[in-house]
Amino acid sequence: MKISFTLNGKSTEVDVAPDRRVVDLLREDLRLTGTKEGCGAGECGACTILVNGESRLSCLMLAAQLEGRCVTTIEGIGEEGRLHPVQEAFIECGAVQCGFCSPGMVISAVDLLGRDPNPGRGEIRRGLSGNLCRCTGYVKIVDAVETAARRMNAASDVKPDAGEKERVVPGAPGQGQRR
Amino acid sequence: MRNVFQPESLPELWRVFEAHPGASVCAGGTDLLVKMRSAMMNPESIACVDRIPDLRGITTEEGGMLRIGACATHGQIVSDPAVRRMFPILVRAVENLGSPPIRNMGTIGGNICTASPAGDTLPPLYALGAEIELRCKAAQRRMLLKDFISGPGKTCLRQGEILASVRLKPPEGYYNNIQHFEKVGQRNALACSIASLAALLQVASDGVVLKAALAWGSVAPVVMTCPDAEKELIGKPLTSETLRRAAAAARQCANPISDVRADRDYRLEVLGNLLMRLLEVAPESAPARDY
Repeated sequence: MKISFTLNGKSTEVDVAPDRRVVDLLREDLRLTGTKEGCGAGECGACTILVNGESRLSCLMLAAQLEGRCVTTIEGIGEEGRLHPVQEAFIECGAVQCGFCSPGMVISAVDLLGRDPNPGRGEIRRGLSGNLCRCTGYVKIVDAVETAARRMNAASDVKPDAGEKERVVPGAPGQGQRR
Repeated sequence: MRNVFQPESLPELWRVFEAHPGASVCAGGTDLLVKMRSAMMNPESIACVDRIPDLRGITTEEGGMLRIGACATHGQIVSDPAVRRMFPILVRAVENLGSPPIRNMGTIGGNICTASPAGDTLPPLYALGAEIELRCKAAQRRMLLKDFISGPGKTCLRQGEILASVRLKPPEGYYNNIQHFEKVGQRNALACSIASLAALLQVASDGVVLKAALAWGSVAPVVMTCPDAEKELIGKPLTSETLRRAAAAARQCANPISDVRADRDYRLEVLGNLLMRLLEVAPESAPARDY
């Protein structure tokens, strides 16, 4: 079955079994291995992607469901040669240890900051509550999201209406529409 | 390989049902795909219903009834101003359901049709006396949610029929009173409930309970309501003594199982203790959740 969708800002057409899981389409067929699969049952968040700007679990979606939709994976969160502020903050704060949960964590953090640019630590924990990390103990991940929020707000204060209309992924190039 | 159909209208859906009577309906997919992966289900084809406008949206109808489309996601429900204003009991249940991505995917219709004894939307919907709208090609029928769910995972949904919406009447005189929901799970997020309680109370200015609707999740094969426990509350002030008597009545009524999450005795203890929280719950507030 031919499926057309937007992947990380690019129009994409794939010929794939309609019931193929999106995580398999991304990782196996399109070789975008940044998206991880942990549990395969919606409980760990490692496979989180953005679909039309909202976080979703690629292990619980069928390829056919992407038709006409706009997908952002960890590969499309930043720009070529420039990481997204959330990714930068993860590195600086030491929020990455083994790294397996990091792509999903970053996507969930981006989703959260799109809905709530000034989350408190409790809101950050709640926003990331669908993503399991077995290394860090979460403290540095929460630190990183706080840091990223602060920077992104400072940056948007400098340029008050920069890209406001287009913005899908906060701090990254516009890709489709949010909500 | 299975076919995946994505009808964009009800007539298109009826055609899919006619051609593929064995098709499974997929709304958010958060239950269906897990069941398919664990080989509990192996449908010949899948009908995704999330692009059908008649099944979507949250609207206020004549007479003040709120219509929640079966494909409204938990995320949409939690952020809907009318739901937040009129039904905090539902908001409290849904805001702790699953996780943020699960709430972006899972739907109220899916939670109902899965009919799990632990379905988080069910106790508040029972307490609110929710009505559901079922559609098939030739007809439309309505019934109370409590009459629709007949057992764990079992509903009265007929072949070729779909759950189209949930209808809620704002609880009269319940404003500024208690709309409470609490779930006990092994953790705060992504937890299947061990026991949960939805309580809708109207309390007079002198503290006497005028009306009470109580519904528990995960303590019986279907959501448990308990008129005996409600009777213990009505006409009495909301004291620990009153609540203890109501808790005893509820324990009499319950029939929980032992499973991987908790054993029967623990559930019996907790389902009664959940009522004691009503002492702490000021009108329009809920216990703070510490993550």
